[in-house]
Amino acid sequence: MNQIPVLIPAILLFTSFAAFFGGMIRLRWGYAATLLGVAASFLVSMAGVAHVIANGEIRYHLGGWAPPVGIEWVLDPLSAFMVAIVTTIGLLVVVYLPRSARFEIPGKEAFAYPSVALLLAGLTGMCLTGDVFNLYVFLEIAALAAYALLAVGDRRAPVAVFRYLVFGAVGGGFYLLGVGFLYFSAGTLNMADLAERLPELYQSRAVIAAAVLMVTGLGLKMALFPMHLWLPDVYNFAPSASAGLIAPIMTKVSAYAIIRLFLDVFHPVFLIEILPVTAFIGWLAAGGILFGSVMAMAQTDLRRMLAYSSVGQISYIALGIGLANPFGLIGGLLHMLNHALMKGVLFLIGGAIRLRTGLVEVPEFAGLGRKMPWTMASFTIAALAMVGIPPTAGFFSKYYLLLGSVDAGNWIFFAIIIVSSLLSAVYFFRVIEMIYREPEEGVISEPAVAAVPAGAMAGGGGHGDSLPPGLGGGPRHDDRRSGGARPPEEGGEAPGTMLLPILVLAVLILLVGIFNVLIVDRLLEPVVAPLSG
Amino acid sequence: METLLDLRPLFAILVSAVAAVAIAFTGRNPNLRETWSVLAAVTKFALVASLLPGVLAGERYEVDLVQLAPGIELGLRVDPAGLLFALSASFLWILTCFYSIGYMRGLDEGKQTRFYAMLASCLSATIGLCFSANVLTFVIFYEILSVATYPLVTHAGSEKAYRIGRQYLVYAITAGIALVAGTALIHQTAGTLDFQAGGFLDAGAGTGVLWTIFLLFMLGFGVKAGVMPLHSWLPNAMIAPTPVSALLHAVAVVKAGVFGFVRLVGFIFGPELLGDMGAAALLAAFAAATILIASCIALTKDDLKARLAYSTVGHLSYIVLGVALLVPHALLGAALHMVTHAAMKITLFFCAGAIYVHTGKKKVSELDGIGRQMPFTLAAFGVGAVGLAGVPLIGGFVSKWYLAAGSVDAGGLFFLGVLLLSGLLNAAYLVPIVTRAFFRTSEGHPAFNEASLFMVVPIGITAALSILLGIHPDGLFRFFSVAEAMVAGITGTTFAGGAP
Repeated sequence: MNQIPVLIPAILLFTSFAAFFGGMIRLRWGYAATLLGVAASFLVSMAGVAHVIANGEIRYHLGGWAPPVGIEWVLDPLSAFMVAIVTTIGLLVVVYLPRSARFEIPGKEAFAYPSVALLLAGLTGMCLTGDVFNLYVFLEIAALAAYALLAVGDRRAPVAVFRYLVFGAVGGGFYLLGVGFLYFSAGTLNMADLAERLPELYQSRAVIAAAVLMVTGLGLKMALFPMHLWLPDVYNFAPSASAGLIAPIMTKVSAYAIIRLFLDVFHPVFLIEILPVTAFIGWLAAGGILFGSVMAMAQTDLRRMLAYSSVGQISYIALGIGLANPFGLIGGLLHMLNHALMKGVLFLIGGAIRLRTGLVEVPEFAGLGRKMPWTMASFTIAALAMVGIPPTAGFFSKYYLLLGSVDAGNWIFFAIIIVSSLLSAVYFFRVIEMIYREPEEGVISEPAVAAVPAGAMAGGGGHGDSLPPGLGGGPRHDDRRSGGARPPEEGGEAPGTMLLPILVLAVLILLVGIFNVLIVDRLLEPVVAPLSG
Repeated sequence: METLLDLRPLFAILVSAVAAVAIAFTGRNPNLRETWSVLAAVTKFALVASLLPGVLAGERYEVDLVQLAPGIELGLRVDPAGLLFALSASFLWILTCFYSIGYMRGLDEGKQTRFYAMLASCLSATIGLCFSANVLTFVIFYEILSVATYPLVTHAGSEKAYRIGRQYLVYAITAGIALVAGTALIHQTAGTLDFQAGGFLDAGAGTGVLWTIFLLFMLGFGVKAGVMPLHSWLPNAMIAPTPVSALLHAVAVVKAGVFGFVRLVGFIFGPELLGDMGAAALLAAFAAATILIASCIALTKDDLKARLAYSTVGHLSYIVLGVALLVPHALLGAALHMVTHAAMKITLFFCAGAIYVHTGKKKVSELDGIGRQMPFTLAAFGVGAVGLAGVPLIGGFVSKWYLAAGSVDAGGLFFLGVLLLSGLLNAAYLVPIVTRAFFRTSEGHPAFNEASLFMVVPIGITAALSILLGIHPDGLFRFFSVAEAMVAGITGTTFAGGAP
């Protein structure tokens, strides 16, 4: 039992190798290895959640070496919660992956499977490690896997991902620099030891610089406004399954790392009062919520709309950190789970729509409600959750954030949460309205035909438009269907392996909403306990 | 007062939700599909009605299902106020089910499966908010109701319908978010959200916070209750099929807003606190203005449904006014008007729909002489029309009588004047329709030729109900006693006299 914290990333690392070599021999073996490994990690992380609730935290010393020398692995309510999110989304996306990958990235599936396992290994490692340097190592592992998964997308994906790589490297560098400063000041890298030694050093400039560097680095990684510039293009041009895996969990694990630093490395007092980092994050988040919502309203490409909406939604999590009181942080943490479910299902649905119709532009979605009833019912649930309509999950995280804002007496945050719900209602109901419309004559069949030459051209490696994409430029109209290297597969409802994860996520959105108190009570209340003192 | 654990309120909510699923899966077999609707409606009403004797005997049925937030349950509780609304809504749903069959098949409407499923969902939400034990539960059902109504508003599928649907959503979502914000404020200032007869907030919370809460809720409920200037979605929403206009936009949805005001005044703030704050006077002023302006606009409308819609806007504000006056008689009048207006207005909408299905006529000016063709329908229309104007022996008189008595009690002769004037205006915009139908002649109308029995029978029943409520308000379902019990709970006053 007490190996659980190290077992999860270990399983996934091993899976990654197995999937790579298995996939070299036969594609199916690679997939089988990935599915088995990720499912195992999912089960272990669920066992971890059960263990934490029943018996409290686990601290495991790798190789039997005690902390100052060895690396400590920690499964506490916060990391158990986070790992459960990562592996749940991971498992569902792995189920979804092969059918979608065969359509969107034919011939590259063999490399997608090990990358997925490696990404999950990196992310779970970040969550479970009790060592600030080790966290950096896993951060980079996850980042490298993510670059690979994202760059195989659209024709313009590599450029977008290169920008992400630059941002990511800078972010990682900042974080590493901060770790160095901490090590020089406190003489340890272990989080628990740092928490003990740092209070004497709060006036030290090196510690202050370390905090600023580490939070900035992680802020870049989590796409905290205004450091989000890399995000929209990356999610826009990525394969649907990659976006469905990375958008829900990757940025959140960086947010998790900030929360971990805030609660367990630096004492909350340090980041609230001595160096008001949380307040600063809160105001950036407030800006990000408005910016993301407004930009999402301006998009017609579903993927780009979802990407900008992510900028706004990540900011909700950051707002929870910024409020720095129990209800606020509960709202932020719960929103990690909720947004992972909502954004995951939305990107996966985007992929299903693309598979069946080749469409990515919202104004062409008329008639989808009739064509893919289950997928679209799931879309409706997820969209309502994004708007914050009860009793879906999205409502409750916003409600806790509102309670937190009232506690903090911060009426501007209060107003921003309200206004942004209205804005997201605008852009999500626009889609809902469209998918349940009756198609006008010819609209549904015409783009499917038009997509064939565009797809064929992209598949041949050449495209009429050779201009490099501008920095932050929107998708050009002629390019919008060039992602799929094949023409869309005709047919009604999404295929079973894609529909299943979509439905599971939609049901989870409802269940997490109605039973959110189970999670809040058992896992999140202990996490935020240090703040209520 | 005794509190009992009872699952009936839960089943009353769930039965139509289950029916909605059954309807969605049996769309290919229309007769089976409509059977689910009728079955659910009858079961729902039976469940609600079975709670009546206990509630009148002072029992309170409640059940807590699951925690929604720390310390806040998804709680259901049956009290007289909620029961009053639930009884009228669930009874009228039965009639609407039959009426819809006649209407939707008569017009050969598309997307009927979606229509019946969403209508059933709306009724679940309506009964849910009737029986909500706390503010958060109420808000959740209120929001579900908003969203579930949207597909019904856009049913026509035309560009205009979608435009109106968007307007509807902007109003509904804004209102919902205002309520959520208000709920969060109450949660943190009072530490509880449980409705309590007589209110649970106290002046210690500070004037600024209390006013903010009040204004947020006034915005949230005012939209659905059609209090001007938040009313403009309601006449537009008449683009929905007539059964929706009749049941949702004359009874369930709009009364949910009005019922919200009952909860706000009677169960969150309490009359005393609102009186001290002066907030009730603000609400009363808005309501009075709405009554007069809406009646005047109704006069100018030639489209029958639009005229009825503005009449609804006006009559909803009667109830809001009664609640805002804070005195026992006015509250009693408001509670009764919720029921009597429901019966009369649904009659009028049913008639308008029957005329449209049967003759294709939508405008008042086209109805000359139609009374000879459809005498039963138009006779029922006449009952509703004079009832809304407040003629004795029909339900509207009873409720208006208590509202008038309440305005005298509250010392507001001004409000009495508003009520009398608007009674005249009511007569002016409704009665001529009947007289023209019967006493004018025109070429187009053949001899006797009534609409389908699916429509005429429900119309007859609602018209009879309107009359019954005027002669003996306590006769059927004991509406009067329930209303009295509700007022007694809020103000502690009991009435010596019974029904007039």
